[in-house]
Amino acid sequence: MSLLKTIQAALKALNKNKMRSFLTMLGIIVGVLAVVAMISIGQGAKVSVQERISQLGSNLLFVRPGSAFRRGVHGGWGSRTSLKPEDAKAIVEECPSVEMVSPEVSTRAQVVYKNKNWNPSISGTGADILAIRGWEMEAGSFFRNSDVRGAAKFCVLGKTVVENLFEGANPMGEIIRIRQIPFTVLGVLAERGQAGGWFDQDDVILVPYTTAQKRLLGIQHINNIVVSAVSAESMSSAEQEISELLRRRHNLADYDEDDFRIRNMADIQEAVAETAGTMTMLLAGIASVSLLVGGIGIMNIMLVSVTERIREIGIRMSVGARDRDILMQFLVEAVVLSLTGGLMGIITGIIGSRIISSIAGWPTVVSGASIGLAFVFSAAVGVFFGFYPARKASKLNPIDALRYE
Amino acid sequence: MNNTEDKELIRVENLTKIYHMGEVEVVALRGVSFKVKSGDFLAIMGPSGSGKSTLMNIIGCLDKPTSGNYMLEGTEVSKLDKRQLAYVRNKKIGFVFQMFNLLPRTTALENVELPLLYANITARNRRRLAEESLALVGLSGRETHYPSQLSGGEQQRAAIARALVNNPSMLLADEPTGNVDSQSGAEIMEIFKSLNQEKKITILIVTHDMEISRSAKRMMLFRDGEIIKEQIINN
Repeated sequence: MSLLKTIQAALKALNKNKMRSFLTMLGIIVGVLAVVAMISIGQGAKVSVQERISQLGSNLLFVRPGSAFRRGVHGGWGSRTSLKPEDAKAIVEECPSVEMVSPEVSTRAQVVYKNKNWNPSISGTGADILAIRGWEMEAGSFFRNSDVRGAAKFCVLGKTVVENLFEGANPMGEIIRIRQIPFTVLGVLAERGQAGGWFDQDDVILVPYTTAQKRLLGIQHINNIVVSAVSAESMSSAEQEISELLRRRHNLADYDEDDFRIRNMADIQEAVAETAGTMTMLLAGIASVSLLVGGIGIMNIMLVSVTERIREIGIRMSVGARDRDILMQFLVEAVVLSLTGGLMGIITGIIGSRIISSIAGWPTVVSGASIGLAFVFSAAVGVFFGFYPARKASKLNPIDALRYE
Repeated sequence: MNNTEDKELIRVENLTKIYHMGEVEVVALRGVSFKVKSGDFLAIMGPSGSGKSTLMNIIGCLDKPTSGNYMLEGTEVSKLDKRQLAYVRNKKIGFVFQMFNLLPRTTALENVELPLLYANITARNRRRLAEESLALVGLSGRETHYPSQLSGGEQQRAAIARALVNNPSMLLADEPTGNVDSQSGAEIMEIFKSLNQEKKITILIVTHDMEISRSAKRMMLFRDGEIIKEQIINN
């Protein structure tokens, strides 16, 4: 019997028992729906995390001083004061894989404008920070290298600071006081949004790092150096060059540990993406349990169906159906059930993930691969769970099947 | 199809069939031997339990003998595997059952097409052959009726159409009139008679009705798994 005819016969047989066929399929529908929706949520999370991290810059390196260790007491990372502005200067001048650097000094401080005050984070940076980070100005201008050298009392405000201090007034050229010291507002940064959790990237005031060192904090060291490599590929060579340079500059002996740490955006991105990938696998794994249960439902119904139709099998055998024909008949029925269920599951899964993303606000990505996977998986479930009942049917003896009451 | 008369179609030698029902052995056939020539019309008679249906199932390749030989058109059937047996059932044998054995919720035409489906015949030819076969048994115009919409006699005629559709070497009928009224029974026997006389189809029919056996050319009487009498009725 041709495959096409077998499929037609299977559809007909399933059509005779619409309600039962649908309920059998329901198991598969729910299973595939769950798999598709879960993978799409997982993928969505992965993609949005990756996007957010690459917004932070994918060719960036962060150099921080190491942990201070005095009289047996460790400080946290960055607690040393070993990093100097000269280190930053040397990095950009001596490392060929490095394009730009910006020393950073950070603190929090009370800021006053007229009768309003606010407590944003204060970030002392170099003039190249915009280019390194890929940030944009919404209005006004950024401070220049000459401002940095002269430790000018200029500042650039983040969006949140503007909203809280100025409440709609134009901040340009106004004087604000940071720790009682007057700063002139040069410009406003474009909005960057939340960076996960409660960390507001716009709640910041940028000032020249020299100004922050001398006038706000009174320190000689810097907290951090942001480095941009010439390209994403030269990240590892840049890391190597910086490490060698700093060890030399800090006069570290071969047996000394680094007194600094270099972190790399790509590593962070990879780690986060991997975590998201693991989550996706976990979700899909849990969801596929329901697919398995659906498959058992198919086997159950097919077994009932074989028992119910033993006479039919006998009749078919008596007019010349081979084992193979009977096997195929029931197998195709099971596969048609599971594939139809699978298709419906995919459709409802896509709709479901749309609904989830609009209600819960989670990003979801329905990938072709996940749909293909669900489809193949549901077909496999049909073959796997349909085989036993189909084989049972095909092994019947014609005369026994005909005599069955 | 080979309709040359006097050609040996079936040769059965020393056929036995023993059923094991738990501890008890039931001997259904004890050493049956006979021959059937092409074009014959043989009535197999006997009381119930005499082994005539068992013989019919073995000849129809639905069951296997415990021992003995069964040659069909010169082929030893007991040596065939399951796949080859299915082929023999499909191509060489048309079986008519007492209980009709039509597929429910399937039209008369589709029931008749069933053997052709397993013979890989194209859809168009399938339809044509099935319609011809139904016309032969006088069921033209009833193609789209379901078995439940047909009378007992009509169902049996549809079953005969199904048995004939693949142009088999022989037609085996196990009590074909046992489940229909006498009027329909007579009609069915008329169909068998004309098939034998006009189409030269070999027919083996199991019955316990003397009246029915009068239509046949030859008669074999069974008792307790043995042939106790053979008789030529009309030739």
